[in-house]
Amino acid sequence: MSTTDLTALLPFIILAATTLIVVLVISFYRNHFITALLTVIGHAAAIAVLPSLSTITPRQVTPLMIIDDYSLFYIGLLTAASLIVSVLMYSYLQRREAQREEFYALLLIATIGSSALVTSSHFITLFIGLEVLTVSLYGMIAYLFTYDRPLEAGIKYLILAAASSAFLLFGMALIFAETGTMLFAELAEKLAADDDLRTVFILTGTGMMVVGIGFKLAVVPFHMWTPDIYEAAPAPVTAYLATVSKGGMFAILLRYFIELNVYAYETICFVFTVIAILSMFTGNILALLQNNVKRILAYSSIAHLGYILVAFLAGGALAAEAVTFYLVAYFITSLGAFGIVGLLIHNEREPEDVQDYRGLYVHRPWLSAVFTAMMLSLAGIPLTAGFIGKFYVLTAGVGAALWILVIVLVVNSAIGLYYYLRIVITMYSEPEETAAASGSLSQSLSVAGGVVLAFLMIILIWLGVYPEPLIAIIQDIAGRFGS
Amino acid sequence: MTLLWLLLLPIVGGLLAWVSGKTGTQLPRWISVLALALVFGLTLQVWFQYYSEIDIFTEQAWLIEFERDWIPQLGISFYLALDGLSLLLIALTAFLGLISVVVSWKEIQYRVGFFHFNLLWILAGIIGVFIALDLFLFFFFWEMMLIPMYFLIIIWGHEDKRYAAIKFFLFTQASGLMMLVAILALYFVHGNATGVYTFNYNDLLGTDISASVAMWIMLGFFIAFGVKLPAVPVHTWLPDAHTQAPTAGSVVLAGLLLKTGAYGLIRFVVPLFPEAATQFAFIAMILGVVSILYGAKLAFAQTDFKRLVAYTSVSHMGFVLLGIFAWNDLALQGAVVVIIAHGLSTGALFILAGGIQERIHTRDMDRMGGMWSTVPRMGTVAMFFAMASLGLPGLGNFVGEFLVLIGTFMENILLTVIAAVGIVAATIYSIWIIQRIFHGEPRETWEMPDLNIREMVVMVAMMLALLWIGLYPKPILNTAKPALDILQRGVEEVRMVEQTPVPDPRNEMQIFMSINQLHKSDH
Repeated sequence: MSTTDLTALLPFIILAATTLIVVLVISFYRNHFITALLTVIGHAAAIAVLPSLSTITPRQVTPLMIIDDYSLFYIGLLTAASLIVSVLMYSYLQRREAQREEFYALLLIATIGSSALVTSSHFITLFIGLEVLTVSLYGMIAYLFTYDRPLEAGIKYLILAAASSAFLLFGMALIFAETGTMLFAELAEKLAADDDLRTVFILTGTGMMVVGIGFKLAVVPFHMWTPDIYEAAPAPVTAYLATVSKGGMFAILLRYFIELNVYAYETICFVFTVIAILSMFTGNILALLQNNVKRILAYSSIAHLGYILVAFLAGGALAAEAVTFYLVAYFITSLGAFGIVGLLIHNEREPEDVQDYRGLYVHRPWLSAVFTAMMLSLAGIPLTAGFIGKFYVLTAGVGAALWILVIVLVVNSAIGLYYYLRIVITMYSEPEETAAASGSLSQSLSVAGGVVLAFLMIILIWLGVYPEPLIAIIQDIAGRFGS
Repeated sequence: MTLLWLLLLPIVGGLLAWVSGKTGTQLPRWISVLALALVFGLTLQVWFQYYSEIDIFTEQAWLIEFERDWIPQLGISFYLALDGLSLLLIALTAFLGLISVVVSWKEIQYRVGFFHFNLLWILAGIIGVFIALDLFLFFFFWEMMLIPMYFLIIIWGHEDKRYAAIKFFLFTQASGLMMLVAILALYFVHGNATGVYTFNYNDLLGTDISASVAMWIMLGFFIAFGVKLPAVPVHTWLPDAHTQAPTAGSVVLAGLLLKTGAYGLIRFVVPLFPEAATQFAFIAMILGVVSILYGAKLAFAQTDFKRLVAYTSVSHMGFVLLGIFAWNDLALQGAVVVIIAHGLSTGALFILAGGIQERIHTRDMDRMGGMWSTVPRMGTVAMFFAMASLGLPGLGNFVGEFLVLIGTFMENILLTVIAAVGIVAATIYSIWIIQRIFHGEPRETWEMPDLNIREMVVMVAMMLALLWIGLYPKPILNTAKPALDILQRGVEEVRMVEQTPVPDPRNEMQIFMSINQLHKSDH
């Protein structure tokens, strides 16, 4: 392993070192603020080195990992999301009774896992990255184990995630048995060279991998766990689940599909088309029936993954662009929305019911403006990043003439509006003048949380009004990646 | 830069109004008045400055253009352009915008700052729609005005506002997305044919599209504009939204929002898809006639004053649809005049309905009657606008509907005859309004003040505008004419190419066109 290799791995080294420092500091001196600060600094440092690495890309570091612009971009995105979650979690834990500090170690490890995931060029990295992420997530979800619901959610996630990992592993094993390699590049060569290789083994293997991946992405029919766990987990952890966990998986899925040209397999594309359509309809229609904000957001995230799959299925460079842009927009809005739910925690209870937000506009006009912006972005209304994202996805879909998916997407956007607007309008309704209701809305908020939300809001609108710089970066990455 | 100012003034004014809402109720109102007065002044200044140039027969489509890169990677530019048609519509927007602020002076007392923010942003979106000539930008503004409108209805609306607001939003949003898909389809068809991927309107004009594809894409646009217009059968959001909205919301909805649909048909549907639009014209004209009659019929089945006026909108906009798809000089000019006159007359009727509701807290006409003696000024004003609505010669609506009917007569006699029945129906429901509210025995006794000075100023301004259009429509026709001519010429060129290479003199179409050409060379 040369120095350049080590340089290429710098983000991982920084994150791992931060984890060690955090753990050591905790064992000698427990202080919530210092731990959180160290975590934030570690994340920031990892992000800061990324631009300088683009001079040495693309670089294959051992057969296991590929550091190219695509992985650098996603490492940056995932780490930034993780950074925001750590700030949100800091505000959140301040208001809860718990051993607070260890959470940050789990968070860092999970982020290392998902960053490793996006650099995979080998099944082993894929699997190890995924497991590192998932195992840390068990801990993060059940972190407030003195409360019943997080603990229950943690165990539920553990059982289901373990089962899905088994599927993934079995799928990989089948493909390995048939081809004799686990390297993406070699797999691609073998599959391209020999049409006879499209055997039952490969198809079954891929099918089983789809189960494992589908679970992580929470797409229909592997979505059952999502609402329960989103609802029960602490809100910032839910944000992490919705963004880092799904985003990392989607990034590697896209890489895998493009490198192996899985698009040539009609059966698999058909399966994903069905998954996309089901996800859009199921997510949106079930979200209509919910009264719990976290459950609404959970179902809406299922639908949004369906939207991303539309762009994903379009294939080609445009698909990579659209997926990446949509993921960025989706990250911002999910972090913002769950962040607000977490910030408004009061008397050991998160404001979960839609009615809890009644009159938010009166008590906290700025916070309601941020929440409104997040909801409108999810709905794809102009001036927000979500609008450009939806436009991009539709562009990819129309460009590839996926008419059925495009029409389904349009119909679902209209359905989705209903529940997003329902949340929005509740905030602007007359407040109920009960002490309990106004208590949760009028309490003082943490400064750090407020700053993070303001930042997310600014980026959201910036990308909605002037997306050109981000599109330039993404096109650069996707252009080289697709070729 | 003028074009940018037209957008920035309401946008910045709206933000200032919102922020200043904390200081009280007066400042947001004055900020809004100032911002809109500036927009109106700017429009008038442009109009005077270019009127001499507009007046003559011009080859140059756009009076003012403004173009900047926005997302060059996808062929999206920030391209604004103004021609006579847009100019008229923007003048109408600023005028009705000012009026909406003034009529809300007493009605709106709740969250005044946020109200004016929403109002100004709707107007910004509408102005944007009228001057955006990049299809992506157009869609951007098209969607941008929906959310503030939704807020306007759902926060300041009347008893059934939630249902109305959500219905409005779902209809317009779903149809808007259909249009986005159509825009994208056009973008790719053009890009694949020429290698240039762009959303620029000028470039997309004359894209060579196969007939079946063109029909589908055109339908995508037509649905979006048809919902906004609205045309039967996608009009059902309109009576609810108009009835439940606060007065200013109704004025903006009827006076301006519906016009964006008409504008879209004139600017995009027919010029971009001349052949598909020609094939579709008959169906569209039937929809127009059905809207005229059905809207009129439902209008006099209503007892709710605002709902009645809302249905008359459906009827009047049917004339616009009819005129646009007849697609000749007279019909188009008529459509433009109807657009403007209807904005004024219906706006005024909504203001009256709002004024009555403010005074007696009901819109139910069964509880009114005999009010003339109590509020003679209001009665007189209502009489005037009812006459305008029924198409009394000398007022704006007459000019517009008359031109539409003549224009349509040249294309399809039967439909014209049926549409003309709509004018009779309009007479019935207009007289009906006066009869039920102001004449007869009072069903209940109401103590209420007559129109005050503020309301009279608004009403007189609108009356004068309608009289002006009715008596001397020439400036308006002249302003719109070059823009309409250029649009028509573009369509004719495409149609000419489609003709057989050897012109057949017996061909009716050819004769019509040569007459048209002669007519033009008269200038």
